[in-house]
Amino acid sequence: MEFSIAIFLIFFPFVAALVLYLLGNGERVYKARKVIVKGSALLIMAAAILMAVLILGRGTPYPFAEHTKAVDVLMACGEAFLMILVFYYSIRYKKIYTAVLSACGTLPILWLTFSGAAGESTAPHMQIDNLTVLMILVVGIVGGLIAVYAVGYIKDYHNHHKNYKDRSNWFLAMLFVFLGAMFGLLLSDCMDWMYFFWEITSVCSFLLIGYNYEKESIKNSFTALWMNLLGGVGFAAAILYSELSLHVFTLSELLQVDRTVAPGVMIVVSLLAFAAMTKSAQMPFNLWLLGAMVAPTPTSALLHSATMVKAGVYLLIRIAPLLSRTTAGVMVTLIGGFTFFAASLMAIATSDGKRVLAHSTVSNLGLIVACAGVGMPESVWAGTMLILFHAVSKSLMFLCVGAVENVTGSRNIEDMHGLVVKLPRLAMVMIIGICGMFLAPFGMLVAKWAALRSYIDSASVWLVLFLVFGAASTTFYWAKWLGKLLAVIHGSQATKDTTHTGEWESIYPLAGLVVAMCFLFPLISSGLIQPVLNQLFHEEVPPVIGQSDMIIMILMFVLIALLPISAVLTSKKRVGLTDQNTRSYMSGVNSGDDRHFMNSYGDPQSVYMANWYMTDLIGELKIMKPCLLISAGILVTMMLIIIGGAI
Amino acid sequence: MLYVLGFIFVILGPFLGGLLSGVDRVFSARMQRRQGPPLLQPFADYAKFMQKKAYIINGLQTFLITGHLIFVILAGWILYAGQDILLSIFSLTLSEMFLCMAAFSASAPYSNMSAQRELLQMACTEPMLLMIAIGFYLSSGSFMVTDIVAQKTPAIIHVPGFFLGFLVILVVELRKSPFDVSTSHHAHQEMVKGVTTDITGSLMGIVELSEWYEYFLMFSYVALYFVSSNPLSLLVGILMGCLVMFLMTLIDNTFPRVRWERMLSVCWATTLIFAGGNLLLLTLLKMF
Repeated sequence: MEFSIAIFLIFFPFVAALVLYLLGNGERVYKARKVIVKGSALLIMAAAILMAVLILGRGTPYPFAEHTKAVDVLMACGEAFLMILVFYYSIRYKKIYTAVLSACGTLPILWLTFSGAAGESTAPHMQIDNLTVLMILVVGIVGGLIAVYAVGYIKDYHNHHKNYKDRSNWFLAMLFVFLGAMFGLLLSDCMDWMYFFWEITSVCSFLLIGYNYEKESIKNSFTALWMNLLGGVGFAAAILYSELSLHVFTLSELLQVDRTVAPGVMIVVSLLAFAAMTKSAQMPFNLWLLGAMVAPTPTSALLHSATMVKAGVYLLIRIAPLLSRTTAGVMVTLIGGFTFFAASLMAIATSDGKRVLAHSTVSNLGLIVACAGVGMPESVWAGTMLILFHAVSKSLMFLCVGAVENVTGSRNIEDMHGLVVKLPRLAMVMIIGICGMFLAPFGMLVAKWAALRSYIDSASVWLVLFLVFGAASTTFYWAKWLGKLLAVIHGSQATKDTTHTGEWESIYPLAGLVVAMCFLFPLISSGLIQPVLNQLFHEEVPPVIGQSDMIIMILMFVLIALLPISAVLTSKKRVGLTDQNTRSYMSGVNSGDDRHFMNSYGDPQSVYMANWYMTDLIGELKIMKPCLLISAGILVTMMLIIIGGAI
Repeated sequence: MLYVLGFIFVILGPFLGGLLSGVDRVFSARMQRRQGPPLLQPFADYAKFMQKKAYIINGLQTFLITGHLIFVILAGWILYAGQDILLSIFSLTLSEMFLCMAAFSASAPYSNMSAQRELLQMACTEPMLLMIAIGFYLSSGSFMVTDIVAQKTPAIIHVPGFFLGFLVILVVELRKSPFDVSTSHHAHQEMVKGVTTDITGSLMGIVELSEWYEYFLMFSYVALYFVSSNPLSLLVGILMGCLVMFLMTLIDNTFPRVRWERMLSVCWATTLIFAGGNLLLLTLLKMF
């Protein structure tokens, strides 16, 4: 049963992708497309949940695919195909370095497969354990919802951008291809296989970023490609070293290696960590994620916040027990902590909504990376919790920004001034999303709290400092955004909300999940995360958040929920639409619309307060370069120390 | 039993906080060689506010201001009920967030600009506020206030650096000069009344009430550093609380207001040096 679901999860998305692609474009296929996407998404979600129930009920990991000579060869062919694809694009756009990187990663793996130099692996190539299940749930549920959203979104996208060629069939197909690859990556235990799926996700991301063939998109897609391929080279090097010198083929075997006996294992670990950090867009590789925001929003939500970038931190959490109290662990925590802080500063100085989300994603991934690097059960608890909450809240934010952009034509935060009156439903959901990202008693804060505790307990002083300062700047950029949404301009009317029902069908469940997870997190902790820790560390972790704290948190939540409800009940006036309220103080007589005051000639004078971005102090132009240099310095130095020390 | 103590705070907090505010005004006046208002003036002000009709700018304002009050009360309740100090700090942050949002919702120049400045003030204080909780955790091994006060030695012995850092951000937290960039108690501020510019009448009364709670809460945080299992330490705590409050009035009347960049760098640097240094030292001591 487990086996067939696993096969279904890997292959079904590819089938759906093929059907969607062949269906073609145009108004007439829209209905059919909607049905197919919705149906496939539901099937994938159902399969993911069923798999979770089966594996969690089973208690032990489920290994399969022992003898796979034929599949190995097929995968090698697939890798060769990907390499040729990259070659094609790099020659077409004259970016030869990507071709070189692709060859550097793929050729050694091909050689390894066909020469048999590493010998025959008898270990199962795939394994489903509790961590896999948790990630499959994230990818299946969040990914499925985003796919549903994409159908309506991409239609509007092309209505707004008539100059782009409509390739929406290809777009939707790629989303499904990506889902299949992601499931493959999660299910693989053998590093060879994982590498294959890893490369598919890199290429998928590249193709989706370049979707509209604009000059900027093509440039950014190549940035993403070379950085991810560089990570792929690191991955390939890890495989090469581990198979040739340690005769270890799978991640679960790698975890069994005693590092006092075989110090070379740290080389593998640090190379894998390097690959994971490029995929999770940690500094100095964060630029590709920022550039990736030119892609249509579902891409950003699915690949660049909720799932693909989580592949990196997933790999780190897998190898977390090996990172605990090692130099490799120090490297990972330093980069992660630094990224968390620096990216949150840069988010303050950004006004493009999607770019803020990108910075925030990088920043939060940094926190997860740091948690994995600490490598203690408590910190891994926090890291896994962060993955869950972040996936849900951040994809919700992306979907909302995308919907707002399709209605108002802008995704700049300044243009969201007064959204609570203009688009009340979207604003409400966005408020939930933003609160979910940083405020007590919502999920992300709980996870940060647990992270803080584990940093203190593991005596990581620098991490504690990064966390407290990073938390302060995080509050600043989210709160400023929240403030813009809540501004009420008198006399402004609600604009027509043209968001598709299909989009609401994914926005509402996600918003519901953000809220529900605040209540359910003790259950999530005991039902989903504790089993993961049991298998990773083989020890019981006491509840990180005590019961009395839980009660207070729920009390806080109830209070927050009650406040707006009681406000609606007590005042029958609709927010901001009445003429009975007084006017705000405009540093002069308010001319009645909250946008002008009467100047000394008796004429209305326009006045508008933009948000505060501090670009002179912490703008990207100002601090991006130094931050990249610092992090690159840390990375190179630490890698040299680790590899030099192990050899 | 402890819950009862929490509720006692809810009832007595504003009276003691209002008293602190009154004393502050009296001392301030004397430092400026003025006669100044009577001690109970804040209460009279409050009564006046509550009699006035609130001219509401928009429908959001009422509930945002109510949220501000409720969560500052909750922050104090958590502390006095002996619960998790980190949660108390989260609740305090949440309460300030509500006030900021009330100012943002006015969509007017003064309110908007001071709301952003208030956010900056929060960014200045938040690292240290979190560090306070970390300091108590290091000195007692628990975030629970019941465990913190049950220690044989008061926390100040272990974490003096954290206390010093706290004193600096306390100036910001109480909106005292030189760090009163968002709203001030002095009339010469260029932001008029800052975040409260568009808040009137009884709503302003609620903001005032929340401020008293916050005063007393800050007083309690100070005292917490000196309290141990010895009952006499409670007296020391109260005494130190009064002393620190006097110090705040003195600072308020001594230093001219600084620009925001200065505030940010001073706050973050002191947090990093005092609290961070203390943290490093404790960690090193634990290792060897």
